[in-house]
Amino acid sequence: MITSTFWILLTGSLAAASCALVGSFLVLRKQSMMGDAISHAVLPGIAIAFLLTASRNTFPMLLGAGAFGLLTVYFTEFLHKRGRLMHDTSMGIVFTSLFAFGVILISLFAAQVDLDQECVLYGEIAYIPWDLWIWNGTNMGPRPVWILGFVLMLNLAFVGFFYKELKVYAFSPEYAASLGIPVGLIHYGLMGSVSFSTIASFESVGAILVVALLIVPPATAYLLTEKLKPMLLLAMAIGVLSAISGYYLALFINASIAGSIAVMTGIFFLVAYLFSPSDGVLTRRYRKAEPLAEPDEFALF
Amino acid sequence: MSELLNILQYLDDPNARYVLAGTFLLGISAGVLGCFAILRRRALVGDAVAHAVLPGVCLAFIIVGDKDPFALLIGSMIFGWISMIVMDAIVRNTKLSTDASIGMVLSVFFGLGVVLLTYIQSTGNVNQSGLDAFLFGNAASLLPGDVMVFGTLSVIILIVIAVSYKEMKMVSFDPGFAKSIGYPVKRIEFLIATLMVMTITVGLQAVGVVLMASMLIIPAAAGRYWTESLGIMIVIAGAVGAISGVGGTVISGLAPAMPTGPWIVVTALFLFLISFMFAPKRGEVIRKLKNMRNRVRVQDENVLKTIYLLEEQDGLAGKVRSMRDILKRRRMNIRKTRSSLARLHSDGLIQLIPGKPAGYLLTDEGRARAMRLVRVHRLWELYLTSHVQIAGDHVHDDAESMEHLITPEIEEQLTSLLGRPATDPHLRKIPYGETTTGGGLLS
Amino acid sequence: MSNKLPPIEVHDLTVAYRKKPVLWDIDFDVPEGKLIAVIGPNGAGKSTLIKTIMGLIEPVSGKILVYGKPVDRERPRIAYVPQRESVDWDFPISVYELVLMGRYSHLKLFRRPGSNDRRIATEALEKVGMSDYAGRQISQLSGGQQQRVFLARALAQQADIYLMDEPLAGVDAATETTIFELLSVLRDEGKTVLVVHHDLQSVSGNFDWVMLLNLRLVAFGPREEVFTTENLQKAYGGRLNILTQVVELAKEKSFVREPGHE
Repeated sequence: MITSTFWILLTGSLAAASCALVGSFLVLRKQSMMGDAISHAVLPGIAIAFLLTASRNTFPMLLGAGAFGLLTVYFTEFLHKRGRLMHDTSMGIVFTSLFAFGVILISLFAAQVDLDQECVLYGEIAYIPWDLWIWNGTNMGPRPVWILGFVLMLNLAFVGFFYKELKVYAFSPEYAASLGIPVGLIHYGLMGSVSFSTIASFESVGAILVVALLIVPPATAYLLTEKLKPMLLLAMAIGVLSAISGYYLALFINASIAGSIAVMTGIFFLVAYLFSPSDGVLTRRYRKAEPLAEPDEFALF
Repeated sequence: MSELLNILQYLDDPNARYVLAGTFLLGISAGVLGCFAILRRRALVGDAVAHAVLPGVCLAFIIVGDKDPFALLIGSMIFGWISMIVMDAIVRNTKLSTDASIGMVLSVFFGLGVVLLTYIQSTGNVNQSGLDAFLFGNAASLLPGDVMVFGTLSVIILIVIAVSYKEMKMVSFDPGFAKSIGYPVKRIEFLIATLMVMTITVGLQAVGVVLMASMLIIPAAAGRYWTESLGIMIVIAGAVGAISGVGGTVISGLAPAMPTGPWIVVTALFLFLISFMFAPKRGEVIRKLKNMRNRVRVQDENVLKTIYLLEEQDGLAGKVRSMRDILKRRRMNIRKTRSSLARLHSDGLIQLIPGKPAGYLLTDEGRARAMRLVRVHRLWELYLTSHVQIAGDHVHDDAESMEHLITPEIEEQLTSLLGRPATDPHLRKIPYGETTTGGGLLS
Repeated sequence: MSNKLPPIEVHDLTVAYRKKPVLWDIDFDVPEGKLIAVIGPNGAGKSTLIKTIMGLIEPVSGKILVYGKPVDRERPRIAYVPQRESVDWDFPISVYELVLMGRYSHLKLFRRPGSNDRRIATEALEKVGMSDYAGRQISQLSGGQQQRVFLARALAQQADIYLMDEPLAGVDAATETTIFELLSVLRDEGKTVLVVHHDLQSVSGNFDWVMLLNLRLVAFGPREEVFTTENLQKAYGGRLNILTQVVELAKEKSFVREPGHE
């Protein structure tokens, strides 16, 4: 059992790290709900890929999910601009509709699709050690580990290569555009990365709990630091910690691993929310007792 | 035919009729309340609350031991409120944006719900099967008792909205002003939030937590396309919600393995797309048609004007002009010019003189219209050069488009402002003629 | 005069946002029946001051009294015109409905407006010259028209004090004239009007009193005394040379207009 525990922890950690890395930019860009939208909307992409290839082949799945992820972004913009709806309204319409469409596909073709509604919601990380990748007759270890590892590399490459551009873009897209940075490309690149991370983590933790991995660790890290690089590292670390502690929590109460991981991200956030040295609610309340600074400090005139 | 028979058979079942009444009422209350949700930019808050009530439902189940509608109601209301308070606290006390706080509450609370749900499953409670319905909705699992409770709740929600309509409208539109005149804005917002939590609770079994938000968002968004009045928007949203609720339930009822929620969403989406495309004024198709009609009008007016300018050039009002003459004076697409000439002829604005090639002559009415266009064009040019200080060689293009837009009232203002001038900046005569000022060609 | 309570008293007011003060230790009494311009650079706390007086922002410390009482007790006597951008102009209501909202200040909760309220709203629309637009949806209005409608809503409140947040921002020349006329009519009726204003050029000739604000209260008093280059340089930090020139220009203008006005 040691090895299966190891594989589950590795899978969770890899998923958490990939999600936290790209999720940080979503949080900074105030686009967190785009992560939620994409994670729901990739479902029909996965279902269609399943139906067409009749297998859990990774490449078509990534393709299908990536396509639907970008479609979500595109449709949301379309309804916002042409349909004159507020951004959150159009997003709500697009992703719930796509998700509904995905659920219908899955239940219509339940016989062909090796996916059930519950798996969509909470994933099946517990079965990952048995989902092996046999290549040329050699056992290479669980398939999801390879996929997640690949996506993490992809994300690291994306962030590493476009670090400077992403930084300016996260700060202000308008300013980035004025510097000649291809904002559209960066935007869709980021959304593409979010889609890939979502789909790769999807099998393990399900559609909705992916959102926890995407948003909560970066938000926690953001309360602890203002600098981008430490924030990225911290977010990934918190994500991994949540995955590991979530697994043991799940073992302890005999419940869903994915759900427990989400709960753990929430607990880490709560700690930062209360006790962050710079932003914590309690730390600030304690500091409020100090007298307000002298007027001179503000160099008024 | 057999489909219809199936539906009739389905409706014959008294339990099904109960369920339909339930989803009907749910549709109305979600649609109505959704109007306030989307207008207050709270569309996705509904999504978060819907997900966040799952742990409440599970806890109620753990404590009570079965699917008692009252216990579930109380459990989900409590967690709905908590989730709202938490979202509010995060936005208020940190630098995180609203959408981050929504996403966090949604996913973490749902995670807690999943933990509790799997915990219940692992304890092997026989009644737990019903809890799955909360994820994607299963209207068929509604018992008559549930429908009574949730139906009553829907009616209460609608009554409260009717009574506090004025206050909710005010707070949704301009909370700052509402506060400035002493409105208890916080309390009204709390009321709206409570109604939202109640609606979501009512919808849980039919639509499920995952898709409940769409019942708030999609009917309201559809309603927005048909009207500029909040009252009417609410009525339409309620109707769209009701139709989606009933339609989705019937469709999923025909295929027993189907969850209800997704079909309700698909039905609502269908109605939304119809609204988006075909609603008068705001609908995409109507707007396209209107644009097209405008372009045709501009084209017709340009052709008419060109004939007049030819007359002006050589001073021969009775001379027949060929299409070649017209196109020589102004470069236009041949095909479009031909159809414009046909339309102008059937409108009685030009005469068609048969021959080879065929010729055209302005009727008196056509001449009056053309003269007005030229007059407005030159008045506008003069106004731009004399009052807006734009150089004379820059004003033609602007006047070229404005001549089709300027109303008789604006024309009158221009004339009196400029003192009925005789010539434009290029010293061309401004024609007044003896005509009355009519509107545009087709007005 | 002296035994009458001032319309607005502000004592030792400090407002902070996330530890950073926006208004620092502000103290003044607003005199009755004056038309007052509140000016200062961007971020000087002009809007914050008005919002704090209206009770929309909680101050860190300080006291605000309206006719000697807390603002909550005198709300019907005080009307507020928020910034135009503060609302969604695509909201599905008509111009008339918006103006009628001004009457809500005199209505009990859950009561509907009566015929008297409707008459007052119609009159308010007439005063700003927007009667023809009563049935229009508010998104179909131009910026200037939106501002007039906001003003009409405040007029419908029939208050004694008017606090206006940038009512002249982004309006056309015709609307500007209408609004200035309206403001002086209000003043002549004995109302107290406080206007957050950004255009230094139009201060002279249109306002009686001037409040200069930049985190601190730089100066507050009759325009001739307060609206000086020296004070403006203090308020604007002396770094904006163009502004100083504009002030000189404005002064010249006011010199010409002065006899007719006072």
